[in-house]
Amino acid sequence: MGRHRAPIFFESTPALMSVVGHAPPPFFKRGPAPLVRLAFFVSLSLILLVADLRFHTLEWARLGVATVAWPLQRITWMPIDAAGDFGGYLTRQSSLLKENEELRRRQLGTANLLLRQQHLEQENKRLRALLDMRARLPVEGRIAEILYAARDPFSRRVIIDKGIQHGISAGQAVVDDIGIIGQVVRVFPLTSEVLLLTDKDQAIPVEVQRNGLRAVLAGAGAGMMELRFLAANADVQAGDILMTSGLDGVYLPGLPVAKVVKIDRDSAYSFARITCAPLAGVERHGLALVLGDRTALPPQPDDAPATLDRPAGGKRAKKKAKP
Amino acid sequence: MQPTHASRRILLPVRNWFIVLTLFVALLLNLIPFGRLPGIPDWVALVLVFWCVHQPLKVGMAAAFVLGLAMDVADASVMGQHALAYVLLAFAAAGLSRRVLWFPLSQQALQLLPLFLGMQLVMMATRMLSGAEFPGMLWFLSSFTAALLWHPATYLLLIPQFRPEDKDVHRPI
Repeated sequence: MGRHRAPIFFESTPALMSVVGHAPPPFFKRGPAPLVRLAFFVSLSLILLVADLRFHTLEWARLGVATVAWPLQRITWMPIDAAGDFGGYLTRQSSLLKENEELRRRQLGTANLLLRQQHLEQENKRLRALLDMRARLPVEGRIAEILYAARDPFSRRVIIDKGIQHGISAGQAVVDDIGIIGQVVRVFPLTSEVLLLTDKDQAIPVEVQRNGLRAVLAGAGAGMMELRFLAANADVQAGDILMTSGLDGVYLPGLPVAKVVKIDRDSAYSFARITCAPLAGVERHGLALVLGDRTALPPQPDDAPATLDRPAGGKRAKKKAKP
Repeated sequence: MQPTHASRRILLPVRNWFIVLTLFVALLLNLIPFGRLPGIPDWVALVLVFWCVHQPLKVGMAAAFVLGLAMDVADASVMGQHALAYVLLAFAAAGLSRRVLWFPLSQQALQLLPLFLGMQLVMMATRMLSGAEFPGMLWFLSSFTAALLWHPATYLLLIPQFRPEDKDVHRPI
């Protein structure tokens, strides 16, 4: 490569000393040629890429490096934290009062439902016992704070401040006060990564609240989602609320997920293009609730070979939940 | 006077610990969680290109590979994505190093812009081949900010090598 021609410069223009290092280039100990080194490192990177993308075998290395780098990472949050604190300091009292008022009003509005829920749950338990159905177990949650959005521009992930130490495990669902945000995909000792619903890799089995039609909702990027594989004449209307159907064994049934925004029924395609917007503040930051693991579903019938033994089922839920 | 080959400024030799320190600080700057704010430059890429251009015998593809792995973990991206892009970037920068320093700083930045853009294209290609979404055109803004920062970065990173100008007219160089 070009750099071995360097001495020419020294000879032809003696008045101009090089700024590229004062030591002469090593004539005897050069090591492999640049192209060879390039080929070596490029192939090493490609091996890593394939190992991580295809076989998911590098999680242990990631966990190790992330654990070691944790204090450094904590330091780098300081400017962002400081900016947040400064912004909070400047918040006006009037807006705080307004927010307080709003929260109190909302609490009163839901108090009626909350007061009756205990009664309804008792009644539900009794009725289920009468019908000889399996009891629905209460699922506890753990409040976590969303720290920041991951820098990776190709996926939609956020980092929350609870990890292995707090009993979080991959596959748990994350909700906010309105509906589902996403799913925990990677756990570190003190933090974990949540894949948002709007990520292209994320799929979630849903049903239409109005008529119980089951479908799979997948992220479409840019803050939107898409209802896939529904026939062009399927009974879906703009404004329909979608909630989880619970068929995947990851999400509890009945949690609100999204709202249908636009339906494009083109008879040239066999499926309708249905665009949905998430109900919860998926791209907003704040507090979230990590729901505990769901109890295991009953074993699947024999004719469907088991795909059940995958813990982080959200990505593959598509196959299981197809109606 | 500008710190290029064409200037008459003689620089002190670089210290190895300073190279390591600047790369480490760049890594820390990259860890600051700006989220999806467009136009934040890739500090590691900028400092890496700087040292590959100015000290191609000291900083090369091995350093680029290690820094890339660190960035892959920090960014929660796929292992090998940054490593591949940085290795190609370091190779191109080292190939450019003997030529580009003869130009004034603004033209140097202009020649390095395609390198930064190429690095982003490599990253985009690796991720989109594996099915990720398109991050939007605004993402490429960070290459332009990196090129704009080339001028201040050059002065900043060469500060320890400057020595006081002495005006001895009888000295040959």
